[in-house]
Amino acid sequence: MRSSAALFNPSPPLLLLLVPLLIFSHLLPCPLAADLRSGDGYTIAGRVKLGATSKESGLPAKLTNIKVILNGGQSIGFARADGYFSFHNVSAGTHLIEVAALGYFFSPVRVDISARNPGKIQAALTENRRVLYELILEPLREEQYYEKREPFSIMSLMKSPMGLMMGFMLLVMFVMPKLMENIDPEEMRRAQEEMRAQGVPSLSNLLPRSN
Amino acid sequence: MAIRAFLGLMILLLFSSTISTALFEDQVGLADWHQKYIGKVKHAVFHTQKTGRKRVVVSTEENVVASLDLRTGDIFWRHVLGKIDRIDQVEIVLGKYVVTLSSGGGILRAWNLPDGQMIWESILQVSASSKSLLYVSANMNVGKDNLILVFGGSLIHALSSTDGQIVWRKELSTNSLEIQQVFQPHDSDTIYALGFIGSSEFVAYYVNYKTGEVLEQSKASFESGFCGEASLVSDDVVVALDASRTYLVSISFRNGVINFHQMYIPELIPEFSGKATLLPSMHNGILAVDIASTIVMLRVKGVNELKIIEKINHPSAISDALPLSKEQQAFAILQHDESRIHYKVKFDTDLTSEIVWSREDGLASIVDSTTSELPVEKEGVSVAEVEHSLFEWLKGHFLKLKGTLMLANPDEVAAIQAIRLKSFEKNKMTRDHNGFRKLIIVLTRAGKVLALHTGDGRVVWSVLLPVLRKSETCGNPFALNVYQWQVPHHHAMHENPSVVVVGRCGHNFDAPGILSIIDSYTGKVHNSLVLEHSVRHIMPLPFTDSTEQHLHIVIDDNLHAHLYPKTSDSVKIFIDEMPNIYWYSVEVGKNIIKGYSLELKGELDMAENDFQPKELWSIVFPSASEKIALTATRKMNEIVHTQAKIIADQDVMYKYISKNILFVATVAPKAAGEIGSVTPEEAWLYAYLIDTVSGRILHRVSHQGAQGPIHAVMSENWVVYHYFNLRAHRYEMSVIEIYDQSREDNKDVWKLVLGKHNLTAPISTYSKPEVTVKSQSYFFTHSVKSMAVTATAKGITSKQLLIGTIGDQVLALDKRFLDPRRSVNPTQSEKEEGIIPLTDSLPIVPQSFVTHALQVEGLRGIVTTPAKLESTSLVFSYGVDLFFTRIAPSRTYDSLTEDFSYALLLLTIVALVAALLVTWALSEKKELREKWR
Repeated sequence: MRSSAALFNPSPPLLLLLVPLLIFSHLLPCPLAADLRSGDGYTIAGRVKLGATSKESGLPAKLTNIKVILNGGQSIGFARADGYFSFHNVSAGTHLIEVAALGYFFSPVRVDISARNPGKIQAALTENRRVLYELILEPLREEQYYEKREPFSIMSLMKSPMGLMMGFMLLVMFVMPKLMENIDPEEMRRAQEEMRAQGVPSLSNLLPRSN
Repeated sequence: MAIRAFLGLMILLLFSSTISTALFEDQVGLADWHQKYIGKVKHAVFHTQKTGRKRVVVSTEENVVASLDLRTGDIFWRHVLGKIDRIDQVEIVLGKYVVTLSSGGGILRAWNLPDGQMIWESILQVSASSKSLLYVSANMNVGKDNLILVFGGSLIHALSSTDGQIVWRKELSTNSLEIQQVFQPHDSDTIYALGFIGSSEFVAYYVNYKTGEVLEQSKASFESGFCGEASLVSDDVVVALDASRTYLVSISFRNGVINFHQMYIPELIPEFSGKATLLPSMHNGILAVDIASTIVMLRVKGVNELKIIEKINHPSAISDALPLSKEQQAFAILQHDESRIHYKVKFDTDLTSEIVWSREDGLASIVDSTTSELPVEKEGVSVAEVEHSLFEWLKGHFLKLKGTLMLANPDEVAAIQAIRLKSFEKNKMTRDHNGFRKLIIVLTRAGKVLALHTGDGRVVWSVLLPVLRKSETCGNPFALNVYQWQVPHHHAMHENPSVVVVGRCGHNFDAPGILSIIDSYTGKVHNSLVLEHSVRHIMPLPFTDSTEQHLHIVIDDNLHAHLYPKTSDSVKIFIDEMPNIYWYSVEVGKNIIKGYSLELKGELDMAENDFQPKELWSIVFPSASEKIALTATRKMNEIVHTQAKIIADQDVMYKYISKNILFVATVAPKAAGEIGSVTPEEAWLYAYLIDTVSGRILHRVSHQGAQGPIHAVMSENWVVYHYFNLRAHRYEMSVIEIYDQSREDNKDVWKLVLGKHNLTAPISTYSKPEVTVKSQSYFFTHSVKSMAVTATAKGITSKQLLIGTIGDQVLALDKRFLDPRRSVNPTQSEKEEGIIPLTDSLPIVPQSFVTHALQVEGLRGIVTTPAKLESTSLVFSYGVDLFFTRIAPSRTYDSLTEDFSYALLLLTIVALVAALLVTWALSEKKELREKWR
């Protein structure tokens, strides 16, 4: 663990001072899985980041309704306006952190707190086994709960049952005469005679036979 | 051939256009509804700023902190805290933050008042068993950094209200100190902290607000002892209750001199009996005492003079006094009467009140639910109405057509949406053809029964059962279950159906039971009684008596069975069926499952109708290595359409379908706790399938390195369970399908023809079943709160699992994804059968969340009910919120969808007729020309 050195912080105020010095890759002071002995357990601290912009507005996404859940509901933490969250009095062992945010899909995070050398912790996403060097939780993807309405197109009209009916009718209109051409002229004449015998077709008796 | 190919293409196109099952955004609210609640209020703090919207901040028994609009009762925002993180107190600081103290004084959080965003969080060290107290200075001078004081046991923490940093910490004394009251006299830097040491010593501390320095302290002991409650009535008088809760003790502590004065409560309030409780103080000379669910307001003048002002029934919370002007003070009451919040404002001088709004917040604590059909529509519809509505109907459909063709302007789009949502059809109080309209009858923890209409979720009726109220015979009543009691036959439609509510008088198993029968249409209580025996569990039987009342067996604490209804008719039916009735009990603590039948010793006494249990079998799990974590059975009323399953290559498999299968999951005793408490080597999980008639274990499988929490759902011949895999550190779901091997031979047609099959052989659970089991496991991303499976009228439609995830959403997952026959490379015939290639994890498609963009906060249960329409299943999920929708796992193949465009159909027909006429005219003309030639 690269950042494990940063995890040996004796007290919370010091943590905030130490962390920025040790992080190079981020502009903001992103706290990592910070770990300090207080009382009877360790503290897990991290940050939820919802990407730069939200779907429509282009404004930074709000964090009002984000819950961070430890071990399937053992304790529930809330994210602050800047996305920071923390769990206190966590025992040593392997834990699971989930983020519940409507509209985003977060991978659960496996957090190992070592009992042997206090302060050493490891974190990894369980979905893709990516190792996290800092406990910054970002959504894997945004979730769209609704089906998109297709804009009106000829194709969608064609696909509808009515469109298919129309298509079938047109097919009969244009392909059937072609088929008729292939019929033996002798047979054709016989059929026409038969038809004549029944009389001139009118609209009333044409309708039921119009297939 | 060409026509056939064309038809094939047509069908293909038809299906491809309707493959997704998801919802469009404008379909929200058509078939579903969502209601938000907060639960029973514990504390209320009023925010009274001169400008802006007025709010009340409440904390509830459902562990919700919420901000409500004081004028309308609407929820601005709310947060549901974790189970072990109980809210102790709520306060408003600086006029812009809500501060909650939770976890027994361990966690202090500040939330932004307008939008509920968490501002800061602070962890405090407290001794575990002490009561904690939050104090916010009342005289707020803007600009000055205000301190929040938290008293927990002997420790005082002072925190800055802007960022939650601890400013000072002070330990008062080491012995058992309980601080009861804290206040600050006007314009002073001294805080008075009043409390008790042990049970008989009163102590007053004077602490510097800025530094935490103890300026002065005075002690005095009171020989008859205190019960540990105190209420501050003025700047120098505090009123406490003595140890027997029958004396009010007023204590004055002016200038460090403590004086006691005691008053006998019955002298003040003649109707007093039992025990009194003090309510939070109002600091305006008024004392509120709770006497057996009645609040009595007393005005305190001096040390020894008390006067009754008012008595209020069933209140829940009384606010702090709000200064209106120099002399006048008002306080508001959030009254919790029959699970509703009533809001009242009372003035100091003249007590007048009016209900401004009320919320039905009992619905946040549903314990059980059932459904009831609505009455049949009787009168016919007049022709004029049809004609009128025909025009409206056509107009509506033309608007819809415009909508689908994307030709509608925004006004018209709004009109379409309004037509859809206001659909009169779905809110009618009568039965419909599709069986979508029903009543959901819910039972809340407080013992209130409500009927909700499935169309829009409105409350049709509600009743607070009198038998579930606290009384002398029934000390601590609570509701357990609700079952259908009487469903009238099709020929007796004039009768109303009824439901039965089962409760218990106390939390112990030996407390007497309660039964109450309620009319499903009106909510009228037909009959309610406190039973002579206890209720351990209740079994609805699949039999009805001549009046269509369902037979129920109540098993009491001594494992004796009692039959209800207690009629000679039902007893006769029951005695005939008794040899076929088996039941089992799961004793989680003892790790034993026992199976019983019933027997009758001696003559049957009609008044008692007591049947004795006969133990048939028992399974003892070794408590050193296993601990029962969960049991699951099939739903009693589940309908299975076919026993045979035709697999690829025209082969048949027979499902092993038995109502008597019990799924039991056991875990290693060490791994019974939370995730992270054990290593994979110490954890394991066993899954059992047990026949509950013979006690035979049909199947047993172990999952090494797995632990709970376990959730399971069982249906037809399969069981799906969700657990945590410690090795992969991911949640996993497994499926077990069980097939009957003894019928394998019946596939031979010749045997069937010659009559050598065993189809007519009687099936007995005593014969040793030859079963084969198939199982498979998959990863699943989320934690699960609840699981259910869809149910349809005939059981033909394929099934979907409904999974309540940790994010309080309900995910619909096709059972096809949990098919043990899935393989990495399915053969061509398997593909045709619909077998999905195997993947290591189950897919979570956002569009298949039945709750779409909504959350059912604090999700606790999912209930499915079949509609009359085979393709459709009704889903009701409850928690703090309620959500109802209907889903069609294989799409609505048996009806046209809601947004089917009739206008387009009409248009097509018109176009077809027109085309017909035109072509006919053309052909006539052509023929004429032919003739002239």
